[in-house]
Amino acid sequence: MPVILWTDAMIYLLLATGFAAALWIRKRPHLVLPWKRVADSSTGMVSLLFFSLFLLVGLLDSMHFRPALPEKIDGQQVYSAEVLSLFDVLASDMKSRSEKTYSAPLAAYLYAKESMETRDGTIIRDYPRLHHGGAHLADPASELQEDVLKRAATGAAAGGLAGVFLIGLAVGLFHVFARIRPRMPGSPSGHETRAADWKAAWTGCMQRKSVRALMLTVLLLSLALGMICNLAAAYHVLGTDKVGQDVLYLALKSIRTGLVIGTVTTLVMLPFALLLGIAAGYFRGWVDDLIQYLYTVLSSIPGVLLIAAAVLMMQVYIEMHPEWFETSAARADLRLLFLCLILGVTSWTGLCRLIRGETLKLRELEFIQAAQAFGVSSFRILTRHILPNVMHIILIAVVMDFSSLVLAEAVLSYVGVGVDPTTMSFGTLINSARLEMGREPMVWWTLAAAFGFMLVLVLAANLFADVVRDAFDPRLNQD
Amino acid sequence: MIAYLIRRILYAIPILIGVNLLTFSLFFMVNTADDMARMQLGMKRVTPEAIEKWKQQHGYDKPLLLNLHASGGKVLTDTIFFQKSARMFAFDFGMSNDGRNIAREIQTRMLPSLAIALPTFLAGLFVYITFALMLTLFRATVLDMLGVALCVLLMSVSSLFYIIGGQFLVSKLWHWVPISGYAEGMDSFKFILLPVLIGVIGSVGSSSRWYRTIFLEEIGREYVRTARAKGLSELHVLFRHILKNAMIPILTGVVVVIPLLFMGSLLTESFFGIPGLGSYTIDAINAQDFGVVHAMVFLGSVLYIAGLVLTDISYTIVDPRVRLQ
Repeated sequence: MPVILWTDAMIYLLLATGFAAALWIRKRPHLVLPWKRVADSSTGMVSLLFFSLFLLVGLLDSMHFRPALPEKIDGQQVYSAEVLSLFDVLASDMKSRSEKTYSAPLAAYLYAKESMETRDGTIIRDYPRLHHGGAHLADPASELQEDVLKRAATGAAAGGLAGVFLIGLAVGLFHVFARIRPRMPGSPSGHETRAADWKAAWTGCMQRKSVRALMLTVLLLSLALGMICNLAAAYHVLGTDKVGQDVLYLALKSIRTGLVIGTVTTLVMLPFALLLGIAAGYFRGWVDDLIQYLYTVLSSIPGVLLIAAAVLMMQVYIEMHPEWFETSAARADLRLLFLCLILGVTSWTGLCRLIRGETLKLRELEFIQAAQAFGVSSFRILTRHILPNVMHIILIAVVMDFSSLVLAEAVLSYVGVGVDPTTMSFGTLINSARLEMGREPMVWWTLAAAFGFMLVLVLAANLFADVVRDAFDPRLNQD
Repeated sequence: MIAYLIRRILYAIPILIGVNLLTFSLFFMVNTADDMARMQLGMKRVTPEAIEKWKQQHGYDKPLLLNLHASGGKVLTDTIFFQKSARMFAFDFGMSNDGRNIAREIQTRMLPSLAIALPTFLAGLFVYITFALMLTLFRATVLDMLGVALCVLLMSVSSLFYIIGGQFLVSKLWHWVPISGYAEGMDSFKFILLPVLIGVIGSVGSSSRWYRTIFLEEIGREYVRTARAKGLSELHVLFRHILKNAMIPILTGVVVVIPLLFMGSLLTESFFGIPGLGSYTIDAINAQDFGVVHAMVFLGSVLYIAGLVLTDISYTIVDPRVRLQ
């Protein structure tokens, strides 16, 4: 039975909006131009590739359903109370193969010594074997290293092949696409042989620096991914946590929460910031005073305090109404949505101020005054003339905010006013592992995994944001 | 100037009323006074009389916003909102739920917060501006590119990582300073060192980049070309001309936070066990102590508005063309 959680719906909505916007932009050359600048940047394309990988995991993790239970009651199909996602199904191996407690990455033994009974009845204290990690080995002490290397090599080889195939496919598609489109004068005409055509497509692709960088990254990434996938089939690549869950699985599940916080929050705050900012800047007078008052009040409250207070209030509210939620996932999801809402409420003021300032500047320009003189209605001026001209500010703010929101989620969850403790996120992962550095010997892999994944996600977002800002900022592109 | 200040202070009053109203409605939207009483008296076996008594003692036995039973001005004044908010303007914060005077508590906790926040702020300012000036000096070279790349990398790392990693490295591995805690007087030095260090490193990326952007914007101006044409050295231009002219954008971002330093940092204080205002706030939030949360929100807003006024005043100091009227 498919389940659509609130945040899922938001993500679908965002995706649809993005798709529609892309179609709309495609027809307008002046809007395509800055995106072409983005596509010409190696940093932009490589960071976008990493980001899309995260997005893919997040999307797979956003298609939820409740599996049907085998038994039926009165001929009615019964559904499990657990909400699974498509990603859970794909990673069901990783999800189900849990150990007893901590184990190091790629280990075959548990992390702590235990009393075990040997076959002849004596009791010894030793590290027990893992149930799943390296279970196929007869004698891990001698075979482990070799097996890991062998699996890594075969995985990398398979991944590399897949990568080459992917690149070939992409070049092929590009080639076909270029053939369908009307030919530019000077491009090779249909008389040449097929091989020469392919060669032309290949060199055409390779002439662009960004494409070269992108292909190199695809190749390296597919090598690494192939290696990890092959190892993950037999080991816990990033070890297991206190209750024996695979850390790689937890970290991958956390991605969705980070993406939701980073994107849905902006979706929530955009209408406020846009409407109020444009209205304040365009109408001036009492509208401006009122809106300025509103955002001064909101921004004068220390942000963390407001968030903390609001989240705790909401927690009480949810606890008082357990009957609203069919599953615990729905409850955790509502809390996530609420966190996005409250983050949006606290963060729209900055963007609103920017838009107001830009609108103030725009309304004095000649083309707006001409429109006013022609008697064009305010609504039409706002939507036709002002809105398109503040769009670049919005886009820059959206991409710039993403990374800070992902980082903020971790801090808030750590302090205890973030997502629901049952929601897997970078913050809850760090929170649960906070005392592990103090253990003797140290358990470092959970923290390392959380911080590592977060770093890659935020770094990719930051780099991409920089490229987008440089491409869209009219002050930097006056040519 | 005086007239300007008076107007700004008068303008602050409606904003503070708005802040109070927002905090208040946020809290009482989900909590009733009865819930608070029950929470304080223990969840089980509370008689209605005990609740009534607690409400009366703590001043929660009135209507929330409008008292329709009263007459005249009392419709507005004889309510929880008015009673709890009005005296805030005299900085009388009342008692916390465990019976302590909130104003006195804030006074004693302000010092530890300041002891962390002020050195972090000053050291940070020095480090970030120096680093940014250096990047500006080497602009458009490999050094600048590496510096910016380092900044982006540093700002992509979670602040939790700096704290956990710093505590692990400095306190656990090298045993230089205690992991957490606080002491009065000169002893506090060893407790302050690590949080300050981590605080400075934690925002080196974003801040230095921000300052660099400001400096680069200034460097394209005409007066810089004139200064160079006069034969001044690049260092002279950078420190005597660009730094001075970049003061306005720098002050815009910096002066606002000075008053807020009193509030301390929630994260740092809870990690390092510092008995400052940040940890006080966290504790109050967890204990659902409305009095304390309300007081801290009010204090934060007052300090923020003070920061805005201070920013305006600081403009007149660095730029004689600015006149406040």
